[in-house]
Amino acid sequence: MSTWVARRVGQALLTFFIAATLAFFLMRLTPGDPLAGLTEDRPIPPADLAAIRERYGIDQPLLTQFARFLSGVARGDLGASIAYNGRPVTDLILAHLPPTLLLGGTALLLNFLLGIAIGVFQARRPGSGVDRTLTVISLGAYATPSFWLGLVLAWAFGTELRWLPVAFMNEPYLVGAPWYDRAADTLRHLILPAGTLALVTFGATARYQRATMREALALECIRTARTKGLPERLVLWRHAWRNALGPMLALFGLWLPLLVAGSVFVEQVFAWPGLGSLSAEAIANRDYPLIMGATMLVTGAVVAGSLLADLLHHWADPRLRAT
Amino acid sequence: MRTSWQTIWSDRGGRLGIILLALFLLITLLAPAVLPDPRTMPDIAGGALLPPSPAHLLGTDHYSRDVLARLVAGARVSLAVAMGAVLISVTLGAAVGLVAGYLGGAIDAILMRLVDAALAIPRLFLLLLMVAIMEHIPLGVLILVIGATGWFGTSRLVRAEVMRLRTLDFVRAAEALGATRRGVVARHLLPNVAGPLAAATTLAVGDVILLEAGLSFLGLGVQPPTPSWGGMILDSKPFLVYAPWTSLPPGLAIVLTVLAVNLVGEALAQDSAGARP
Amino acid sequence: MSALLEVGELRVSFPGSRGRVVPVDGVSFTLSRGETLALVGESGAGKSLTSLALLRLVPPPGRIDPGAALRLDGTDLLGLEGEALRRIRGRRIAMVFQDPMTSLNPVLTIGDQISETIRAHFRLPAREARRRAESLLTEVGLGDSTDRYGSYPHQLSGGMRQRVMLAIALAAEPDLLIADEPTSALDVTVQAQILELLDRLKAARAMAVLLITHDLGIVAGRADRVAVMYAGRIVEEAPVDRLFAQPAHPYTKGLLASLPRLRGPRKPLGAIPGSVPVPGQWPVGCRFHPRCPQAMPRCLTEPPVVPLAAGHSMRCWLGVKES
Repeated sequence: MSTWVARRVGQALLTFFIAATLAFFLMRLTPGDPLAGLTEDRPIPPADLAAIRERYGIDQPLLTQFARFLSGVARGDLGASIAYNGRPVTDLILAHLPPTLLLGGTALLLNFLLGIAIGVFQARRPGSGVDRTLTVISLGAYATPSFWLGLVLAWAFGTELRWLPVAFMNEPYLVGAPWYDRAADTLRHLILPAGTLALVTFGATARYQRATMREALALECIRTARTKGLPERLVLWRHAWRNALGPMLALFGLWLPLLVAGSVFVEQVFAWPGLGSLSAEAIANRDYPLIMGATMLVTGAVVAGSLLADLLHHWADPRLRAT
Repeated sequence: MRTSWQTIWSDRGGRLGIILLALFLLITLLAPAVLPDPRTMPDIAGGALLPPSPAHLLGTDHYSRDVLARLVAGARVSLAVAMGAVLISVTLGAAVGLVAGYLGGAIDAILMRLVDAALAIPRLFLLLLMVAIMEHIPLGVLILVIGATGWFGTSRLVRAEVMRLRTLDFVRAAEALGATRRGVVARHLLPNVAGPLAAATTLAVGDVILLEAGLSFLGLGVQPPTPSWGGMILDSKPFLVYAPWTSLPPGLAIVLTVLAVNLVGEALAQDSAGARP
Repeated sequence: MSALLEVGELRVSFPGSRGRVVPVDGVSFTLSRGETLALVGESGAGKSLTSLALLRLVPPPGRIDPGAALRLDGTDLLGLEGEALRRIRGRRIAMVFQDPMTSLNPVLTIGDQISETIRAHFRLPAREARRRAESLLTEVGLGDSTDRYGSYPHQLSGGMRQRVMLAIALAAEPDLLIADEPTSALDVTVQAQILELLDRLKAARAMAVLLITHDLGIVAGRADRVAVMYAGRIVEEAPVDRLFAQPAHPYTKGLLASLPRLRGPRKPLGAIPGSVPVPGQWPVGCRFHPRCPQAMPRCLTEPPVVPLAAGHSMRCWLGVKES
C-alpha cells in the first residue's frame, strides 16, 4: 500500500512540474509585453525600462528564465510582483490566502451538505415529479454565472432588504473590538459570498450523489439489509450511502481546489480580500508574475486535491485498501 | 436505431431543453427584424436607463441602447464563440484521444502525461495566462484560445472509449481481416465513440458560454462595443440598484441557455451510457 | 404440529407490455414448526419470488395480488406495514440468499453485519451484541480465528461467506429460515459442509426451514416434505420419501429421471424435452403439457389439484379417475 502511495505522490509531483513548464511557456510565447501593465498608463523612459527588465530578469534568454522559474517554484519562490514594485509574489499570496481558505472552505462544506442531502433525497424516488424538478433546479443553479448571482444576491439581501453586508470581510469600525464581535461580524460577511459560491456549485455534487446512491441502492446487499429487518434509516445510510462514499470522497478531493481558487469572480463582486481579489487585481494591472504565482498555487491545489481524491477513495473501500 | 433527436425528445428534461433552445433560436433569428438596432443610441441624455415600456420591452441601458436588442445581439456572439470554440476542442480532443487510445505505448504515455498536466491547471487561469498581457483580443483569437484550452478532457474520454472498444471482438475481427488502421478508426471506432462524444460536446457548449461570460466580465473576453452577455453584466454593475432591467436579463439569458444545453446534454449522456456495445 | 406458515393462493404479478405477467400463480402450502419443506423447480419456476413475497420484499413494480392469504402463526402478514413488518423480518422469518459475495455488504465487517441484526431486534448494549455475534460465528464454524469478527467479506472464501450469511440469519433467532439456493454458488465439496451445518443449526433451534433449490439431489435426507414447482404453480407435493419412491406428476418423474445415478445400470441421462416457458407465455391449460410424455386432449384445460394419499397431492389430469 505504501509503495502505491509513494508512486502516486511521485506522479503528482511530476504532473505538477510538467504543468509549471506548460504554464511558463504558454505565458511567454503568447504575444504581449510583460511590462505592459506599467507602461499602460504612463510613458517610461527606455533607460528605466531596461533597468526594470534587468531587475525582473526579463532580459535573460528564455531558457535561463525558465530554469530560474522552475527552481524558484521548487523552492517556493514565485518571483516578484511588477505592480507591487517587486514585492515577492509568495508573500502577497500567503497574505491573501487565509480569507480565501475561509470562503472556499465554507462554500465547500455548504456545497456538500446541500448536494448530499438533495442527491440522496432524489435517489430514493427516482423518476418522480420531485426528482425531476430537483434535477432541473440543480442544473439551473449550475448554469448560473457566479458573478451575476453574487450581484443579484448582494442587491436583494444587502441593498434592498438590508439583512446582510455586501462587501469586505469586516466592518472597519470593529477594529479593536473583542474577538467574538469580530468573529460574528466576519461570519455575517461570509454568508453571501460563501452562499453564492455554494449555490453555483452544489448542482454537480447533487447529480453525482444521486447517481452513486441509485447504484448503491440497487446492490444485492441492500436487499439483505432489509431482509434482516434493519430500520430503513440504517439501510439508507449505513449500508447504501456507505457504499457510495468512496466515489463521493473522490469528488470531494476534486472539489478541494475550490478552497484556494475560491472564486475570482465571487471575491471580486463582494470585495472579499482573498486570493481571488488579488488575481482580479493582477489581471487588471497585467501583473504577470502575480498571475503566474496564483496559477501555480491553484495548480498545486488541483494536483494535491486529485491525489487526495485517489487516496480517500482507496481508503474508503476495504477491498482496495489491501492493494 | 433511434436518432439523436428521438433520444433527446423522449427524455423529459431533454424535451424541455430542446424547446427552450428552439425558442431562443427563434427569437434570435426573428427579433432583429422587429427590434431597434442594438447600436443606436437615440437620445443619450434623456433615453438612458429607461424602465421597460412598449417601446423598449426590457428598457434601455446607460448608453440608451435597447436592452432586448443588445441581448439578442449578444446571444449571437456568445453562441458563435461557444460553437466555434467547442468545434476546435472536440476536433483536437477526438484526434488526440484516437491516436493515444489506438496506438498506445510510448505515444499514449507521453500524450496523457501532457494532458494530465494541462488538466491540472484550472481552465480560467490557463486562459488568463494567454490573454492577460495581450493588448487587444480579437474575437477570432478568443475563440481559438478558448478552444485550445478545452480539449484535454475530451481526449481522455475518447481515449478511454477507444481502449475499451479496441479489446472488443468486432474490432479484433476487422484487424484480423486486414483492415487498415484508418479503416478501423473510421468505420468501427468513430461511430461508437460518437455517442459519449456527443453528450460531452453538448455539455461543453454550456461550459464555454459560462467561461466566455466570465472572461467578458473581467474585461478579457469579447471586447466592447461588441455586445456579449458577460459584458452587459459588467457594464450594468454600477446601475444594478436603480436599473435592474439592465442587469437581470443577461444573467437570466445565460442561466436559461446553459440550462437548456445541459438538459439536452444530460439526455444524450444517459442514453449513451445505456446503449454501449 | 401446528402450522407456522400458511400460504394460500399467493399470486405475484408484474406489469408487462401486453398486460400483467404473473410469475407466481396461485401457490399454496403450509409449513409446520420444525419442519423442512423443500421447494424444488428449475430456474424461472417462480421459487425465489415466492420466498421474497413471504417477506413482502417483492421488487417494485411487482406486487402481491389481492386474494392471497399469508399467515405466520395466525398473524396476517399481508396486513402489516412499517415497523410491524420490520419486526417480522429477521426476527420471525430470516432468509439466506444464493450468492454470499453480493449479498454481504463489502464495506462493513462481517462481525458488524451480524451485530447490527441483533441490535435491530433486541435492546442490547454493543458489547453484548458483539459477544453474541462471536458465539454465532463459532457456531457456524468460523470461531477458529479471533479476528474473524473484524474481517471483510472479500477476505473470506465462498463457503465461509455463506456461513456468515447463516450466522446473520440466525442472529435474531427466527422461527422460520428461508434458504434460497444456499449452495448453488459454492463448490461441490463445500456444498455438503454448508448443508450439514444447516441441518445442525436447524436441529439445535427447532427451526422450520423452507429450502429452495433446483437440485433434487440435496433434498433427499434433508427435507421432510417436497413441493415441486413448475411455471408459477406447485404441481406436486409429498413427503420426501414418497416423492422419491412414487413420483406421480410427469414433471417430477422427469426431474428424478434426469438425476445421474452412481449405482445401477448405466443409462443415458434422461432429459425433459423442450424448455421452461417464460412467464407471460404460459401454455393454455396444464402448463407442462407441451413437454409431457403422457399428455392427453384433456390437458388443454386446467387440471385440478388431486389428493393421492396422505400428504401427497398433484396437479394433473392423470390423477383423476374416469367415472
